[in-house]
Amino acid sequence: MEAFTTHTGRAVPLRRSNVDTDQIIPAHWLKKVTRDGFEDGLFEAWRKDPAFVLNQEAYNGATVLVAGPDFGTGSSREHAVWALQNYGFKAVISSRFADIFRGNSLKNGLLTVVLPQETVEALQKLAEADPTAEVTVDLVARQVRAEGITADFELDENARWRLLEGLDDISLTLREESSIVTYEANRPSFKPRTLEV
Amino acid sequence: MGRTLAEKVWDDHVVRRAEGEPDLLFIDLHLLHEVTSPQAFDGLRKAGRQVRRTDLTIATEDHNTPTLDIDKPIADPVSRTQLETLRKNCAEFGVRLHPLGDVEQGVVHVVGPQLGLTQPGTTVVCGDSHTSTHGAFGALAFGIGTSQVEHVLATQTLPMAPFKTMAITVDGELPEGVTAKDLILAIIARIGTGGGQGYVLEYRGPAIEKLSMEARMTICNMSIEAGARAGMIAPDRTTFDYLQGRDHAPRGEDWDAAVAYWKTLRTDDDAVFDAEVHIDASALSPFVTWGTNPGQGAPLSASVPDPASYEDASERMAAEKALEYMGLSAGQPLREITVDTVFVGSCTNGRIEDLRSAAAVLEGRQVADGVRMLIVPGSVRVSLEAVAEGLDKVFTAAGAEWRHAGCSMCLGMNPDQLAPGERSASTSNRNFEGRQGKGGRTHLVSPQVAAATAVLGHLASPADLSDVAVATPAGV
Ligand code: SF4
Repeated sequence: MEAFTTHTGRAVPLRRSNVDTDQIIPAHWLKKVTRDGFEDGLFEAWRKDPAFVLNQEAYNGATVLVAGPDFGTGSSREHAVWALQNYGFKAVISSRFADIFRGNSLKNGLLTVVLPQETVEALQKLAEADPTAEVTVDLVARQVRAEGITADFELDENARWRLLEGLDDISLTLREESSIVTYEANRPSFKPRTLEV
Repeated sequence: MGRTLAEKVWDDHVVRRAEGEPDLLFIDLHLLHEVTSPQAFDGLRKAGRQVRRTDLTIATEDHNTPTLDIDKPIADPVSRTQLETLRKNCAEFGVRLHPLGDVEQGVVHVVGPQLGLTQPGTTVVCGDSHTSTHGAFGALAFGIGTSQVEHVLATQTLPMAPFKTMAITVDGELPEGVTAKDLILAIIARIGTGGGQGYVLEYRGPAIEKLSMEARMTICNMSIEAGARAGMIAPDRTTFDYLQGRDHAPRGEDWDAAVAYWKTLRTDDDAVFDAEVHIDASALSPFVTWGTNPGQGAPLSASVPDPASYEDASERMAAEKALEYMGLSAGQPLREITVDTVFVGSCTNGRIEDLRSAAAVLEGRQVADGVRMLIVPGSVRVSLEAVAEGLDKVFTAAGAEWRHAGCSMCLGMNPDQLAPGERSASTSNRNFEGRQGKGGRTHLVSPQVAAATAVLGHLASPADLSDVAVATPAGV
């Protein structure tokens, strides 16, 4: 995983609540067997509308998505995170994320930042008023900064450390091999197995 | 202090606990399907890793599989590649696979329970959010992303952040004609699509205890639609009876030991939940959705709500957008909404009991002109059982299409899709924009409401059918 320390970029205001992962990346894109090439599928249905925010030239190259509440609900598809990253987003800000989406994002180095709804709206207003305004998402200081806005955010220490270091979860877990072996040795025999009977 | 059911199962799976770190949990059962696994196997291959416990892993094909002409090569080359990739990966890594055409093939969440693999007190994961279904057995079951799929394949464990617990107590009794689907839709409408966020829900109370395993699965299946991490129901006699004798259920001494353990899996009387919700089952009636998320629902007897009636600004905006997408206007009675398509199936309502209840309504009646009705069993086993009972004949005689098992129109990754602007009554779990096909409009309903809607051509419950001519005595 790529490490995340701090990022500064322009923001896109997405004024919609309850953006589910079917909207972020529709099911027919899920047939791909790779982790890349999902950028054209991102918000595919809405991108057909010329007025949709990502179609406005002013927001080309923006890297911070400022979304409405309950972002990433629904399906567990990690493709939603890949699509946002493939498109160029480094961070998503919302007042509430769905759990699985949040977990997926942090495992891939896409920083999801939870801020109070008023702050999210202030950031959206800023980006609407001035699409060139820059937003800094600082994981070291756990702070989001933009003109006239300074907001601290929380992220549990363990997740933050893994992001800052760009650590791969599997290698970390494999260091616990002896605990896994001990657990397996004590597991009751009535537990199910999938081998054909 | 006492512990909740979820806490007990969690504690029994902690491989390693350390201050300031998520617990490392052992995973008892890992279910795979073709959509969320290819990138995970790729990751293993790149790192030179193996599947640690092939004996705790099982795969099936469901999302992409066609429901017609299954003996012919799959027409869509991208779908075909994905299925072939799963077959190749399972062969290479030694994972048991039930491919299209196999008798154990079907929607992954229907297959696990019917094989007896889903058991009380186990941890179950799958790269699919509706893994919450398995919680009906008192398992701690949650959907995971592809990175976590790779993690479980490599280590049979997952680092998991702690959760909160919510009790959803359902008192009273469900009235006649009101099903588990109506109940869960009403629960989601009450707590909202974000209401369960961070929680493991435990459904309890007299109305839950009365439910069959099929109905309990319908309830737990949709926990994720309330934003919850998982949903659970304490195992009891109904659970044990369902499991006994299934292929992978314990036998002999193991069975006795298992049941003794399973009986301990109840929330202690002095345990404290982080949140509590009470629902009165006896006040419920058939429930349908009018909007584009599963929380946007109302009793069938109600009308489309007026967005202006919402105090919360973002809810109001969501309702406005939903009505626009759904082509509905405020105040329109839900019963007057006409549909083009009716879909009975999915991991929510694609089990034998669901097919039986739809068939009971359809028996001796006809699907309305201009309505297409698709019946897609959740698995091949369900399909065979339905055929043995003659349900397929009831469906085809009524003018419905009897199809092969799979996810089908639940998400339209195969050819079963809505055309833009088409409207469906669907027994699945998501009414998101475009979920059943680009521009398609979905109303979530129970199997009984689906069947009555098919007959009348507009959203309806079996009670509305009294004045429709019945050719032969209805089996209701
Ligand atoms: S039936 Fe629908 S919800 Fe269930 S696994 Fe398949 S696509 Fe997902």
